[in-house]
Amino acid sequence: MTAPRKKRREAFLLGNEAVVEGALAAGCTFYAGYPITPSTEIMECMAKRLPHVPDGAFIQMEDEIASMGAVIGASLAGRKAMTATSGPGFSLMQEQIGYAAMTETPLVLVNVMRGGASTGLPTSPGQGDVQQARWGAHGDHPIIVLSATDVPECVEMTVAAFNFAEKYRSPVILLLDEITAHTREKIELPEPGDFEVFSRLTPTMPPEWYKPYEETMRGVPPMPPIGSGYRFHVTGLSHDPLGFPTSRPEEVRSLTERQFRKIDRFFEDIQIVEHVDTADAEVVVIAYGCVARSARLAVKQAREAGVRAGLLVLKTLYPFPRRHVEPMLRNCRLAVVPELNMGQLSREVKRVNEGYTTVRTINRIDGQIITPSQILKEIA
Amino acid sequence: MAEITQLIHQYLRHNKKFPLVFCPGCGHGIVLGSLVRSVHALGLAKDDVVIVAGIGCSGRIAAYVDFNTVHTTHGRALTVATGIKMANPKLTVIAVMGDGDAFSIGGNHLIHAARRNIGVTALVLNNFIYGMTGGQCSSTTPEGAYSHTCPQGQLESAFDIVELTRAAGAAGVSRGTVYHVKELDALMAEAISRPGFNLVEALTPCFTQYGRGNGFKSAVEMFKWLKSSCLSVERYEKLEDRTGKLPIGTFVRRDVDGLETRWANMRQALAAKKGGAA
Repeated sequence: MTAPRKKRREAFLLGNEAVVEGALAAGCTFYAGYPITPSTEIMECMAKRLPHVPDGAFIQMEDEIASMGAVIGASLAGRKAMTATSGPGFSLMQEQIGYAAMTETPLVLVNVMRGGASTGLPTSPGQGDVQQARWGAHGDHPIIVLSATDVPECVEMTVAAFNFAEKYRSPVILLLDEITAHTREKIELPEPGDFEVFSRLTPTMPPEWYKPYEETMRGVPPMPPIGSGYRFHVTGLSHDPLGFPTSRPEEVRSLTERQFRKIDRFFEDIQIVEHVDTADAEVVVIAYGCVARSARLAVKQAREAGVRAGLLVLKTLYPFPRRHVEPMLRNCRLAVVPELNMGQLSREVKRVNEGYTTVRTINRIDGQIITPSQILKEIA
Repeated sequence: MAEITQLIHQYLRHNKKFPLVFCPGCGHGIVLGSLVRSVHALGLAKDDVVIVAGIGCSGRIAAYVDFNTVHTTHGRALTVATGIKMANPKLTVIAVMGDGDAFSIGGNHLIHAARRNIGVTALVLNNFIYGMTGGQCSSTTPEGAYSHTCPQGQLESAFDIVELTRAAGAAGVSRGTVYHVKELDALMAEAISRPGFNLVEALTPCFTQYGRGNGFKSAVEMFKWLKSSCLSVERYEKLEDRTGKLPIGTFVRRDVDGLETRWANMRQALAAKKGGAA
């Protein structure tokens, strides 16, 4: 992924600021949002940067519902667009996420998770929005959910989020936590050409042949920007290949099935994980976000103490990376899933487990991090 | 007649199934005609026009017209329209909404679109009722009127749309009816041409869900009611007794730049400053 080395610009950035670097490197030119702790630095940073970006546009909307509306509108007009929020705002955005999934509108939504339900712990970390990210919007719809464990990954995973959004015409949710978002680390700033950047395919056929929701080989129809001569209808109603509302069972079924298939067929591309000493591991920790950093140290210390421990870091949470998790569960005697919630991703691990091994969870919901020693105690 | 046929061929979608979904006696089709005629009169290219609609009977208008059309979520048409206009200011963006859409669930978006004067035309089809869900009161149902959710008569007072949007700072505010079609065409064309946020309230009868429960014997009677109770704002202001009368016409004309223009000017100034320093 990295270009040949030369003197690179370095910076001491927050995770939230790194998200902005990633977004701009991926070609983001539109941001709409509403301030909320602990995500606000993303918005402030965008407000500073976008006026200087070619074609950049920024708008502070009246609430999170409106922010998502503006992002959807900008994306339909051809922009790479994003918003960022935290728990309460994320709840408000759910209907619009469903609309984006149904209309196959690419966008990136960063949710910096804080602690607790409702207003909860605005300045403390949490990971309580994992299941909501997958199932928050009503009705069956595919979705891509990513996460990051440190500041450099905030750049990389934001780029990945935009690439997946554009490639698969899908809303992509990047789940961060307050620790990752508010940790300041030295990073090398991305230079043009560092990342492979993907933009949505636009139609090449004459407008009168274009069908906006046509069944294609990849399952992802090309998408022209509004105003480019391809006039078509976009609706959240179940629609036919031309985009017009339909309630014919055959058309409704094939629409939903294609929307799932376009993600399912590309699991290999979408599912990003990192293996740390898992090849011979008899104890495996499965973690994501800031908790993965504690797990990294715990696994290292367990190895030093003679335990064959390994770590699987999930950077893609949904579609759930079963093909990485399942072989691991088959071959270990214990799997440990530490999370800053009452047990959300562990549900997926247990679902995949099917009696292969013992799955133990470590759950913390008091606004504090899970420490390496807390994990070490369970695995050593 | 020949002219109407030509407009139908030019602006309506041939691959869309007609007749319209609207009930007999509904005024929405007339507003649809007005929309097409005003766009035609302004000489806008179909590729440059975007119709952003909300949810409800009015939302269905979008599917019939051969522009770029986006049927959004309930109440959020203006938010999507704002995103489109900021992303591509060259487009003519018209948000088509109902009274429930624009003033109840989307009320917050309406006042903020007016306050920031985003260059979008809001066309609100006000029929005083939630039609598609079967006749519940909305925030424009007159006090004392009946609906399925106020069977004893509406206790709440209705929004005065003109005053609300004027106070919020919109560049243009007007009201027309589907009885006064020529005037409605002109109001629409004027609103679409004026920079900033412009709202056109189109009064349109819903006989099925509103008229039948409120003493109207037919849809025609509702049109007659529009004819007898509405008069131009200039004449209205001279009236001594205004009971039962409703002014139509343009109420607000402000000379402002749309937000998208102010954003572009700011960027230009930034670039000039940068260029000057270098």
